[in-house]
Amino acid sequence: MIAIVDYGVGNLFSLESSFKSIGADVVVTSDPNVIKSAEKIVLPGVGAFADAAKKLKDSGLKELVVSEAKSGKPLLGICLGMQLLFDKSLEYGEHEGLGLIPGEVRPIEEVIPKEYKVPHIGWNQLEFGRNKNPLFKYLREGECVYFVHSYYGANCSESVIALTEYGASLTAAVAKDNVFGCQFHPEKSGKAGLNILRAFCEMGVR
Amino acid sequence: MITKRIIPCLDVKNGRVVKGVNFQGLSDVSSPVELGKYYSDNGADELVFYDITASAEGRALFTDILREVARTIFIPLTVGGGINTLDDFDRVLKCGADKVSVNSGAIKNPDLIYEAAKKYGNQCVVLSADVKRVDGVFRVFAKGGRENTGMEAIEWIKRGVDNGAGEIVVNSIDTDGVKKGFDLEMLDKVCSAVSVPVIASGGAGKAEDFIELFQTLPKVDAGLAASIFHFSEVKISDLKQILDQSGIPVRI
Repeated sequence: MIAIVDYGVGNLFSLESSFKSIGADVVVTSDPNVIKSAEKIVLPGVGAFADAAKKLKDSGLKELVVSEAKSGKPLLGICLGMQLLFDKSLEYGEHEGLGLIPGEVRPIEEVIPKEYKVPHIGWNQLEFGRNKNPLFKYLREGECVYFVHSYYGANCSESVIALTEYGASLTAAVAKDNVFGCQFHPEKSGKAGLNILRAFCEMGVR
Repeated sequence: MITKRIIPCLDVKNGRVVKGVNFQGLSDVSSPVELGKYYSDNGADELVFYDITASAEGRALFTDILREVARTIFIPLTVGGGINTLDDFDRVLKCGADKVSVNSGAIKNPDLIYEAAKKYGNQCVVLSADVKRVDGVFRVFAKGGRENTGMEAIEWIKRGVDNGAGEIVVNSIDTDGVKKGFDLEMLDKVCSAVSVPVIASGGAGKAEDFIELFQTLPKVDAGLAASIFHFSEVKISDLKQILDQSGIPVRI
């Protein structure tokens, strides 16, 4: 069973529906016992980093997600949920993340040319580099996924498993052992997105 | 490289897609769920559902259908029509919409954009403007293009972006339904004035109109159309092939 962690940010309906559409056994939950008994965990997130980090902490689920991930259970952070995996974010101040992926979250303005619009919204191509992570085993190089974001994962080159080009090479996805993160929205990325979720469902405990 | 988006727009009244749709292989051509799935499976990059219902019953039905659409398709979903308050934002977002498009509601209450952007983020708020030339000046029209507000359009759009609109849909009343191409002059003015994504609407009649749009105005992010897609005059999958062959980046 896959547990989508519900800590009070955003609407998890599409994410739940997308897992169901590929036949996954999925629950949206804030119950620590359900999260503990799940085989895999999905950490969603929309909105501002500080607000989401606070809600995750206040819900009492932050430590649980970290300890479950450290126990080797596959964890997938999506969009802001990916950003939360990092050590910290510089979105409106400096805020602490979960520390599961080394690096930090910074505004994309710092690296993209001025004429590029912020947020980075739309379908953009994934570049996997030489070693394609198993998360992308069903995707071709250059396949498009849907992005909506103004901040990106920085100083995390060792964990990057996909980049996307937007005036600069931006972190599109990261992985460290059993912890995965996608800056884009797989649940809004058509067939390519569902194929990423399918590959995540097939990940084993490490 | 980020791709140009092709967006079909569906008008829904009392739970059914109106304006007639003509597709082979669909059992129910006026079902928003079936049509949404058809477009999603055939290359649409995003869907816009526009609620043109006037009654409360129709609105409730729209919300039910929206939930069903969101369960079925896995591409971004934008909802417009009858969005006047934050409660309206809440209502459609809870049903699985990703973005909410405001038009007359923002004209009646300009704070709506600011409030919604603050609550849901800029990326969630789309300002849709119906614009028409009156004595050589671009004017904003309300109530589905029937009423001249007297406001100058570029100023209005800039103000919307300042207040937090994350995307702009520019619908040219002058070219809408004429099918002789997008309103490049109007779109150029808007693109020069704002730094958020601009979606062109009104005037597409054939695939070449989209090539002209993206080649002439590289700053335009997306092209939106309704009837040419609904009547299969232009198939989105064919359109994307043609755009790709013309060197315009699209998702194939």
